[in-house]
Amino acid sequence: MSEFRINVNGEDHEIDVEADMPLLWVLRDVLGLIGTKFGCGIALCGACTVHVDDVPMRSCSVRVADVVGQSIRTIEGLAENTHLHPLQQAWIEHDVAQCGYCQSGQIMSAAALLARNPNPTDADIDAAMVGNYCRCGTYNRIRKAIHGAAGLMTAQYVNAAELNA
Amino acid sequence: MKQRDLISSVESALGQLRLDRRSFLKITGVAGGGFVIASVCPAALAAVSAASEDADEALVVTSELNAFIKVSSDGKITIYSANAEMGQGIKTALPMIIAEELGARWEDVEVLQSPVDESRFGRQGAGGSTTIPRTWNQMRRMGASAREMFISAGALVMEVSREELKTADSKVTHGSGRYMTFGQLATLAAKQEVPDPDTLTFKDREDYTIIGTSISGVDNLAITTGLALFGIDTRVPDMLYAAYHKCPAIGGRVNGANLDEIKTMPGVVDAFLVKGNGNVRELLDGVAIVGTTTYAVFNAKKNLEVDWDESQASKDSWTEIVSRARSLAGSRGPDEVVDKGDVEKVFADPDNTTLEAFYEYPFVAHLCMEPMNCTAHYRQGRAGEKDTLELWVPSQSPTRIHAAARSMFGLKPDQITLHQMRLGGSFGRRTSSEYICEAIEISKRVNAPVKLTWTREDDIHHDFFRVGGFQSVKGAVNSEGRLIAFEDHFIGMQTGGRAVSGSRFRATEFPIENIDNAYASKTMFDISTPCGPWRAPGSNTSAFVSQSFLAEMAHAAGRDYLEFLLEIVGEPRWFQEGNIRSLNTGRAADVIRLAAEKAGWGREMPNGSGLGLAFYFCHAAHIAEVAEVSVDADKKLTVHKVTVAVDVGPIINMSGALSQVEGAVIDGFSTMMAQKITMENGRIEQSNFHDYQVLRIPDSPRVDIHFIQSDFSPTGLGEPALPPLAPAVGNAIFAATGHRVRKMPLSEEGYTI
Repeated sequence: MSEFRINVNGEDHEIDVEADMPLLWVLRDVLGLIGTKFGCGIALCGACTVHVDDVPMRSCSVRVADVVGQSIRTIEGLAENTHLHPLQQAWIEHDVAQCGYCQSGQIMSAAALLARNPNPTDADIDAAMVGNYCRCGTYNRIRKAIHGAAGLMTAQYVNAAELNA
Repeated sequence: MKQRDLISSVESALGQLRLDRRSFLKITGVAGGGFVIASVCPAALAAVSAASEDADEALVVTSELNAFIKVSSDGKITIYSANAEMGQGIKTALPMIIAEELGARWEDVEVLQSPVDESRFGRQGAGGSTTIPRTWNQMRRMGASAREMFISAGALVMEVSREELKTADSKVTHGSGRYMTFGQLATLAAKQEVPDPDTLTFKDREDYTIIGTSISGVDNLAITTGLALFGIDTRVPDMLYAAYHKCPAIGGRVNGANLDEIKTMPGVVDAFLVKGNGNVRELLDGVAIVGTTTYAVFNAKKNLEVDWDESQASKDSWTEIVSRARSLAGSRGPDEVVDKGDVEKVFADPDNTTLEAFYEYPFVAHLCMEPMNCTAHYRQGRAGEKDTLELWVPSQSPTRIHAAARSMFGLKPDQITLHQMRLGGSFGRRTSSEYICEAIEISKRVNAPVKLTWTREDDIHHDFFRVGGFQSVKGAVNSEGRLIAFEDHFIGMQTGGRAVSGSRFRATEFPIENIDNAYASKTMFDISTPCGPWRAPGSNTSAFVSQSFLAEMAHAAGRDYLEFLLEIVGEPRWFQEGNIRSLNTGRAADVIRLAAEKAGWGREMPNGSGLGLAFYFCHAAHIAEVAEVSVDADKKLTVHKVTVAVDVGPIINMSGALSQVEGAVIDGFSTMMAQKITMENGRIEQSNFHDYQVLRIPDSPRVDIHFIQSDFSPTGLGEPALPPLAPAVGNAIFAATGHRVRKMPLSEEGYTI
């Protein structure tokens, strides 16, 4: 066991775990952040997607020792205070989820996409979301919700501009 | 309400609550209107936080109208959803039915998962697309009964006759416009006589304001913000984590393992052998590892060395099954299922055109995104007290554990507390009890609450698979091109002399009831590989065979499949009048025509492109689908669009219904494209997503859905849109290329996406 300090959703945590423990299990079992899901353990399904320094990563295959000093964001930290992220709003409005299990990973992949590309095409969405499985088949609603969230973000930007004018 | 207002209402509601992981936020409605958000305690923490929840509501009086409905003096309406939610949408749809008959405003409704108590809520399992048809009247009665009690209370307070009052928008309103709210009347309403169920009347469809609209799922806020909902999210104080390792050859017994070494591994608290009862649905032999995190037990599991006794284990071989089955092509089986008219005579007549074909479909896995798991807390009774058991289970049929708990652990239902958790997918998988029994056994042995989680490899190796099988079919068309005979030799699987789930051939299989000459027989192979229900059992493979082969017959007759199929369906009639599980040819013809029309059937298609049509009736649903595909010279397949026409009667939640159809189409394509489970020497050969693939977003077809909202009672939609997909795609590939697909998955036939 070794002591690590990691930063999750803006908060520092001191933890005493095996250096090889995947970030996924640190989040779920040590910190109790169960929004990040276990799906396959081999970085193929995307259910465990989190952001490490703003890059989407499969937390089941990232050692905790490798993320010390980096900024980790999980689904629990996506809303800013109590303001839902536009993707969360769009996911609710488009009623995307069926079973819902993969959706936090889907949203985290989508959030990373919108952060670097605020107005993605269908091809951009395909490229960014190809690593996230949905066994229920919600892909078409995921696509609509990402476009919807992009629209919301643009609208909010315009609003802010109007207010500033 | 405009979208921006909608969102600001969510945000303002959220602003009143601290968004931390102990809060469990629920969005209880989006009915073309606002969001209602409430904070309730997660089931896993119910005991801990019940006191504080009560404190929050100290100034509000809550009255119970019946088992499903509570109304508070502040106007909040709590509706219990009693069945398992696995993505099929009933946690939202069933309360919509209650709210409709009650006359509630959906924004006032908060939906909670009910406790598991069948004496109060009726049967609480979910499966077979039966929940909607089974509970439709029960839900309407619950809503209507409470509505009548509100009207009685309103009549007393307003001093008018009951006949002058009605309910709407969570109010009891008099013809004069005077009204009282449900909140004002709740205490008095709860004291009114409960009406005789036989006197209750239900709303006319044209008066519906909730049923038929689109309501966003009641758990969507929790899902999108990562709050605890699923079985695997359960955390209870002092909980340990467990893994369970069973013999890779199904049914092997455990002789020993390197337990001393495993116990020294980091985070491991205990490791021990478990002797099971030999029942694959309850408890098989294995090695349990208990530790302080899931990682600790998964990591230790990788280092296990187990001495298995495989003398009684499965020896199943897919290669052997396939070669035995293929040797039976063109023959008849020993067990006759149907003998109608005289197929021999039709086939012998040289004026008729006869065709034979052999179809194959593999075993497939469920692959729920949430692997099997269960949290159990077995408490030894102190002096003189009985033992008790608390379970947090993501199960389709939670009370099914009662029988095993009694026979294996000597526990009666009153010693067991069950918490129904949301299921991260099921598709028929979570109807068995073995993952629950394993958790109970481990908790009992270590005398602590334990969360058992299966690895993905466990989840695939120890699934209850969709059974594979074969059908040798034969048909004849006469000189006018009309189908006049159909024969099927069904080659299925059985265990212990009983057909496994999904391996039954029905005497009513289309088109047997529709034509004069039909013969069906079966051969059953003995297998030990566990099989179970998988989204539309039986239908998900039989539809592929019958609807592909009938299209082959149409082609042999030189006819268009739409016209040929409608001719077989024939004049409108209901084979067993009043039985929703019996084919109604009028409804069948209507969905077939609608799907064809909406898909532009008959239009000129470019080279390498084609349309394929299929119809299937199962789970009381009449559904037709048209797939539009293109195939290039390298057999790269693209399914551009699938047009679906559905008649399941009136739709309860339009958004949920569209999701079920779209999901079933995508699931159907995913399965037919590349999924296959094989076994050799009793061992399942696939283990994770690298060798068992699910369709990804770029390959997902567009789905265009049309409902015929007929006046029949509503029926379920979780399964029936899946079966027609495979033959629709197969028929479209034939139209595009001239190649007939008779084997799934398509990857085995050289197709890629």
